[in-house]
Amino acid sequence: MKPVNHKAWFLVAPVLLLVAISAIIPLMTVVNYSVQYVGSTGKFAWVGDEWYREVLHSEKFWNALWRNLVFSGVILAIQIPLGVLIALNMPRKGWGVPVCLVLMALPLLIPWYVVGMIWQMFGRVDIGLMGVMLRDFGYNYEGDPMDAWFTLILMDVWHWTSLVALLAYAGLVSIPDAYYQAARIDGASKWAVFRFIQLPRLGRVLTIAILLRFMDSFMIFTEPFAVIAGGDPVFLSTELKQTVELGKKAAMSIIYFLIILAVSWVFYAVMTRNDGEPTSADKARGGGA
Amino acid sequence: MARLDLSNIRHIYGPPGEGEPQYALRHVNQAFEHGGAYALLGPSGCGKTTLLNIISGLVHPSEGRVRIDGVDVTDKPTEKRNIAQVFQFPVIYDTMTVRENLEFPLRNRGVAAAQIKRRVDEVIEMIGLGALARRRARGLSADEKQKVSLGRGLVREDVSAILFDEPLTVIDPEVKWTLRTQLRELQRRSGMTMIYVTHDQTEALTFASGVVVMHEGQVLQVGSPKDLFEKPAHTFVGYFIGSPGMNVLPTKVDGAALRIGEYFAPLTSEPRLRGNPKLELGIRPEFVRLAAEGIPATIERIEDIGRHRIVRTRMLGHSVTALLQEHEPIPADPHLYFEPEGVHLYADSWRVELSGKPAP
Repeated sequence: MKPVNHKAWFLVAPVLLLVAISAIIPLMTVVNYSVQYVGSTGKFAWVGDEWYREVLHSEKFWNALWRNLVFSGVILAIQIPLGVLIALNMPRKGWGVPVCLVLMALPLLIPWYVVGMIWQMFGRVDIGLMGVMLRDFGYNYEGDPMDAWFTLILMDVWHWTSLVALLAYAGLVSIPDAYYQAARIDGASKWAVFRFIQLPRLGRVLTIAILLRFMDSFMIFTEPFAVIAGGDPVFLSTELKQTVELGKKAAMSIIYFLIILAVSWVFYAVMTRNDGEPTSADKARGGGA
Repeated sequence: MARLDLSNIRHIYGPPGEGEPQYALRHVNQAFEHGGAYALLGPSGCGKTTLLNIISGLVHPSEGRVRIDGVDVTDKPTEKRNIAQVFQFPVIYDTMTVRENLEFPLRNRGVAAAQIKRRVDEVIEMIGLGALARRRARGLSADEKQKVSLGRGLVREDVSAILFDEPLTVIDPEVKWTLRTQLRELQRRSGMTMIYVTHDQTEALTFASGVVVMHEGQVLQVGSPKDLFEKPAHTFVGYFIGSPGMNVLPTKVDGAALRIGEYFAPLTSEPRLRGNPKLELGIRPEFVRLAAEGIPATIERIEDIGRHRIVRTRMLGHSVTALLQEHEPIPADPHLYFEPEGVHLYADSWRVELSGKPAP
């Protein structure tokens, strides 16, 4: 009989320790709060899934969640095509390249809160440039949630489209010249070049862009907080901020986290489903062809 | 089907800068006859791909004109030139199936559906992709992808010429041989003009009836494989074509003979020279004999390559290679003898045609 020795498990210990510190312990404290009632005296009482049920039955939560999803959807629907369009029209050589890259990178370098402040002022109907210009059309982000919503979307597009454009640009310049040459030989139209060469080859960077933009926009907090200070429209994050009970907060955080995880996973799985396709060589070997 | 003419082509990459311009092509005048099978042969960086891209219009020459059937197309874009080109590395549209890839060049040109089907069926049959026709191109292996690229080059029937830029680089040696033979056969059958770029002399000599040898942006010689072997126009051609390459030795002319040191190699006739060029004697190893008399030499190494033996010798301080038949004896005190019909004279690296007067 072979001697059995379980000491090899100790080799996993360092990794376990790292993961514990970086993820498991912080997450578990939140989980811990979410199943307890924390009294004003600091006493804890076990409440099971009570907080979760309360959150999932709260209309405010569902409204915020719905608003978040629509917000992310609108953001992606604008930023991805717009970013790709900008990238397609950026120069490939000459002095225009650094100029474009720096201009594109500028919004990304501004801290979130400052972006919020900029737009808060920009949109003010008494002194803001945009606010004053749009005042006559009835625009007022402080009074009208739809106007606030519009302002937030405009702000996010201004802030983040260049990230998509830069990623797409990086993807575009990495396409070998031979593809464009072959397309010219094959007489492909500009649209066909985009549809059959550029878009498929952008697949990977766009996956990253979509994931990043989804996660970021879904977690949006600083900007609405800066612009409308937790007023309407209410997002999951601002709702979370305004929740007082520790247990409810924790339960909401866990649900929020799981939603982001699930949606990101679905995006990723859908967008990379073709990558694992076996080559014909593999198939030939497997099928004995 | 058409005739291609390149006249006074020069090309420099990048903007015209100060100092000595770096010519990718120095000065090329070359005609490709209708229905010919040509190979552009030369070492890497000699300008063969540039020349090919100038023909297809992917590169606009710095100087010179390109004509197809007498019509100047120099300023016409690739799409309007009616030329097919296959690149060194596979280029496929990987979201399309193999079949759609082959249909693509025809669809873009508005060919009727029935005709597309007929032609694509033919090409799929020809390059043996039948089993893969419905497969997504993205999952194919490198040589299958290159077959798809090749197929896209062959699918248009009305092209003026098909250009191949080292198309078989990524393909397995066994498949390579088959594909090359198929291409050659197709060329004979269809009578399409094909220009095939390669740095591999075997590939060039087996594919082409006309081989264009290039070196450092210039065409050195155009001819049949036989011409290139028997009358290399430039010492580089002699050295580049044939294995082992031609021996090149410094020499002096003395009547109808070449003098090396105190020895003489006879010529078939007396050369006429102008000026004071650098003179060299060129002789292929096939024409060097090991004999009991001639110019004394020492043997440095013998390589047995099956039916032949390559004998590396040193003669008057120069290394000279001889090619011996399998059973030819090697004399104990070897001397080298140059067969007169194999002796060429080069003035400033270019071959001097020995004409007229027979040797006295």
